[in-house]
Amino acid sequence: MTSPRVVRALLISAAVLAIAILFGLWSGYQHVTLQSLRTDPMTRALFFRVRMPRVALAALTGAALSIVGAALQALFRNPLAEPFTLGVSGGGALGASVAIAFGWGARAWGVPLVFVMSFGGAMLAVLVVYRIARTGVVVLPGALLLSGVIVNLIAASGVLILEYLTDPTRSLQILRWTVGSLDIVGFDMIWRMAVVLLPATVALLAFSRDLQLLAVDEDTAASLGVNVRRTEGAVYFLSSLLVGVTVAVGGTIGFVGLIVPHAVRLVFGQDLRLLMPASVLLGAAFLIFADTLARVAVSSTELPVGAVTALLGGPIFLWLLTRRQRSTAM
Amino acid sequence: MLEARDLWFSWQPGREVIRAASFTLERGRLGALIGANGSGKSTLLRLLSGVLSPNRGQALFDGISLHNIPARERARRIAWVPQSTPAAFPFTALEVVLTGRSPWSPRFHFENESDRAIAQEALETVGAGHLTNRPITELSGGERQMVTLARALAQKPECLLLDEPSAALDLKHRSALVRTLAGLRDRFGLTALVVTHDLQLIDPAFDRVFAMTCGHVVASGAPVEVLTSASLAAIFDDPNVRTARIGERTVVWSE
Repeated sequence: MTSPRVVRALLISAAVLAIAILFGLWSGYQHVTLQSLRTDPMTRALFFRVRMPRVALAALTGAALSIVGAALQALFRNPLAEPFTLGVSGGGALGASVAIAFGWGARAWGVPLVFVMSFGGAMLAVLVVYRIARTGVVVLPGALLLSGVIVNLIAASGVLILEYLTDPTRSLQILRWTVGSLDIVGFDMIWRMAVVLLPATVALLAFSRDLQLLAVDEDTAASLGVNVRRTEGAVYFLSSLLVGVTVAVGGTIGFVGLIVPHAVRLVFGQDLRLLMPASVLLGAAFLIFADTLARVAVSSTELPVGAVTALLGGPIFLWLLTRRQRSTAM
Repeated sequence: MLEARDLWFSWQPGREVIRAASFTLERGRLGALIGANGSGKSTLLRLLSGVLSPNRGQALFDGISLHNIPARERARRIAWVPQSTPAAFPFTALEVVLTGRSPWSPRFHFENESDRAIAQEALETVGAGHLTNRPITELSGGERQMVTLARALAQKPECLLLDEPSAALDLKHRSALVRTLAGLRDRFGLTALVVTHDLQLIDPAFDRVFAMTCGHVVASGAPVEVLTSASLAAIFDDPNVRTARIGERTVVWSE
């Protein structure tokens, strides 16, 4: 049985996403009207080949990063956890950079190498961070974030070394990609991403009840019938897959997984069974808004969307950190 | 019936914290598990709850090994209350108590009105009805302990395992806790095993006392049999332990 409260919350979130999609599609330097869409082939090409794929990419990426943020926060019982702060995005970025250094077109088992390597890097990062932070049955919050920062630094150094070692064209590709951009033409890449992201998102949503219990306490969750090790393994795998694929295409876009779940909590409450699906919808909406802002904020150029989300997310992270320290001191 | 049969457990190879622990607590009885710090009481309780699996031996409920009871069915029959519940997120007390209903509801269902009524009743039973909508992060240690106990009661279990449930409670709530457990035993036949350092709580409400030393159950019996100066001096390795009977109660202190 689904609670009316949940249905209402999801309808509101879907409405916000619909507004974001319309806003993203109709905003930009090139003014698009229904009339020009009907009569001007250039406007049609711009709308269907550039703007629409870009909005779709922002939606997929924002949804994936947000649900992973919500899941990791619950799994680690840490409100500051998200793909960027835990080094998962950094690991994915290093893996993807290695793939780009081999060339964009490279494939492994028929799958773009950049996807495979990014997923591998993300998975490796989450396992390293978890291994360092966990002592016995406890995941130390400080060690978790600190090891995430260190993994990010190591990954960033690796990316830098690759930029120096590869030829100038690929080096520029890596540099442009690392700042995070949703600049894309056509739907080819979107379909490839969707094949992975949609099933992985649904699979992660299926763990929302277990994550709700884990967010309270790990041992309590086990006593309530949750298979903790299986849930952990599945969440690591699915999170790495979601982050790996989004990083491979859009680069490291930080703090989305922090901002969106906390905003959803403020509006709809703490229940992960509502928080996770609402984060999917509102995460998609948030990144569409952020990317549109990045496109239109400065005339004559476009800001990297990763810089926009970091500018918004950084202060929120610090605010949460201060609040957490105050509550610990109480 | 709750039974530990030759249980062994170690966190690290070769360093057993539970060694050949065996005891039986009959259905509908209130048992206390006592012993010095580090004697293995909490670990034994976790083994009996199914949160941990033993290296050797069996933990049984009604003659069935916990290993052979599916996790969700086990959660409907046995509830475990940890020493403390950390609070990373401001779930309300009611949301925490409602997690106790999860073993009873299908995976993709939300709790219904009946579940909410059971959760609210559990909060009232432990005297925490006024905390229903308070965030758990704003509660004191004692209040959190009451909410955690309410969560366990909301599971509607046949057996309750409580790890130092009175540690953060004031005098009034300690007595209330014992009265609640005794009342649930008398009315519903609840079986409960309580790890406690609060030896004054035990007599006369509890039916059985089990004492642990170095991971082994070294004494068991009625409170008057185990709570004696000689027995407690050996259990706690303290020759200064004294006991006295005041009415129906056994009072314990160390000089």
